[in-house]
Amino acid sequence: MRSDDTSPAGHHPPGYGFPRRGWRALAEHPPPGVGTATRAWRSPLRGPWLTSVYGLVLLVTLPLVIVTGLLDHLAYGPAYGQAFPYDVGWLRLPAVDWPTRPSWLFRVTQGLHVTLGIMLVPVVLAKLWSVIPKLFDWPPARSVAQVLERLTLLLLVGGILFEIATGLLNMQYAYLFGFDFYTAHYFGAWVFTAALVAHVALKLPRLVTALRSRPVVRELTVGRAGTRPEPPDPDGLVAAAPGDPTMSRRGAIALVGGLSVLLGALTVGQSLDGAWRRTALLLPRGRQPDDGPTGFPVNRSALAAGIDPADTGPAWRLTLRAGDRTRALDRAALLALPQHTARLPIACVEGWSTLQTWTGVRLRDLAALVGAEDVDAARVRSLERAGLFNRATLAANQVLDPDSLLALRVNGVDLTPDHGWPARVIVPALPGVHCTKWVASIEFDRATA
Amino acid sequence: MRAGYGAPLRHLLLMAGAFAVAGWVLARIAGEPTAGRMLLWFVGAVIAHDLVLFPVYATADRALRARLAAPARGPSPLNHVRVPALAAGLIFLVYLPGVLGLGRDTYRAATGLEREPLLGRWLLLTAALFLASGLLYALRRWRAHHLRRV
Repeated sequence: MRSDDTSPAGHHPPGYGFPRRGWRALAEHPPPGVGTATRAWRSPLRGPWLTSVYGLVLLVTLPLVIVTGLLDHLAYGPAYGQAFPYDVGWLRLPAVDWPTRPSWLFRVTQGLHVTLGIMLVPVVLAKLWSVIPKLFDWPPARSVAQVLERLTLLLLVGGILFEIATGLLNMQYAYLFGFDFYTAHYFGAWVFTAALVAHVALKLPRLVTALRSRPVVRELTVGRAGTRPEPPDPDGLVAAAPGDPTMSRRGAIALVGGLSVLLGALTVGQSLDGAWRRTALLLPRGRQPDDGPTGFPVNRSALAAGIDPADTGPAWRLTLRAGDRTRALDRAALLALPQHTARLPIACVEGWSTLQTWTGVRLRDLAALVGAEDVDAARVRSLERAGLFNRATLAANQVLDPDSLLALRVNGVDLTPDHGWPARVIVPALPGVHCTKWVASIEFDRATA
Repeated sequence: MRAGYGAPLRHLLLMAGAFAVAGWVLARIAGEPTAGRMLLWFVGAVIAHDLVLFPVYATADRALRARLAAPARGPSPLNHVRVPALAAGLIFLVYLPGVLGLGRDTYRAATGLEREPLLGRWLLLTAALFLASGLLYALRRWRAHHLRRV
């Protein structure tokens, strides 16, 4: 591990690699303006310590964003070919059944993914600010090792900015990028994660050394007047000609932390109900469609789904199928079956969620009607003709959970067209888009068939 | 190894790992008709940050510092302008689609509601941030003045 000290990420000015003469010639022929640019960095705060503080925050929090993102992919049920992107080759996640308990599982993992991701934007920008002089360094590299490391930094920085940009645009319904969000965000995350692992493995020793160089607790007591530049470092993060401080280090950290809290406060409302929802002032889900019992958000309107009111009127029938057994029930027949009420969240990939009280028929009771007590999976189809989410496959645990319902009513009133009238699926901890609305049929696969 | 490559073998292995994943992903999405756009956004994000966003905010900050020289006595107004400006700028960037009302059709399909640009809200938020910061500055000035007299 000690050998790190002489690597490009090490503490001593690295020597030139092969071909030595070539690298040296590059170093000795800087383009005009490099000297001016080097002296233009003025902030006395830049240095390994501040970079390491921001780095440490990201080191602790980014894995949470990465893991919750992967859990989201898993929650979509890749085993049934309904997680996007479909075909992820070697980057496949282990096949596990997504649990139905706790019922708030997806609400929390996805809310955390989005909210934390947004809260980290200021930290990422601050971290980039702290190291940006490196971008304009001359020579740009002294060896092949440094060239490669710079290229992985392109993957690292490009990766995080790409994930932030696509994520922010997706959760605000502005698909300016013109490519498939799932494909881009999933594979972009892997590129970023791989570059992050390499970066952390190389830089962790520096982070530890830098943080030890001035104990955090003591540094947090230093005001602006007492703020001094760090001693010159081999990486050249510390300015060659620093100006007077306009802010202390603790001030800079408090500023970034404060911005993070501000963004969090403007985001978390989309995962809360009641008056709190309106605190998401600038987000689509800060809006409540109306104040009535069905005035909670939807992820697709009946109009957008192309639902013909004629198909959801008295002529509507729910078709249940298991093997060669078929039953067709109208809404009155469904309402005559034992009704169960459950308080369950609807949670979306965009991070918003809402907790509501649903009433309807247990899915396992419907399975029993066609003799599929030993259900293995259920394929739910919507009246919606087109659209990625006009069908969903539920695993056995999702059909059999006592709170898994074909909901007919919500908060004591009938469903509205936008909420899936005449009937919709609601399953604990299942992503909202798989809680199929405007259900036309459910086909049960039997375990022993 | 070290003399030629410029780092220990471990370094090369870590680099190879990162490139292997990136290369594999690239090969994977190469067949997508929109692969070029994805690549453009990936590289474009770096360029937009490093060569547009950073120079813009650094230049703005430099201009601000030149105008708001620290007074001989009392608190400097610099950070009382900087902080709300930074917060307002960040909010604008993060919630850009909402502030400008972008993606009306997808918004309507998803929510069943019409998207109205929330520029007014953002301006109010910005005004509130500057106001709070200005009040704090007035308070600090008053205190500095008061304490000097006492």
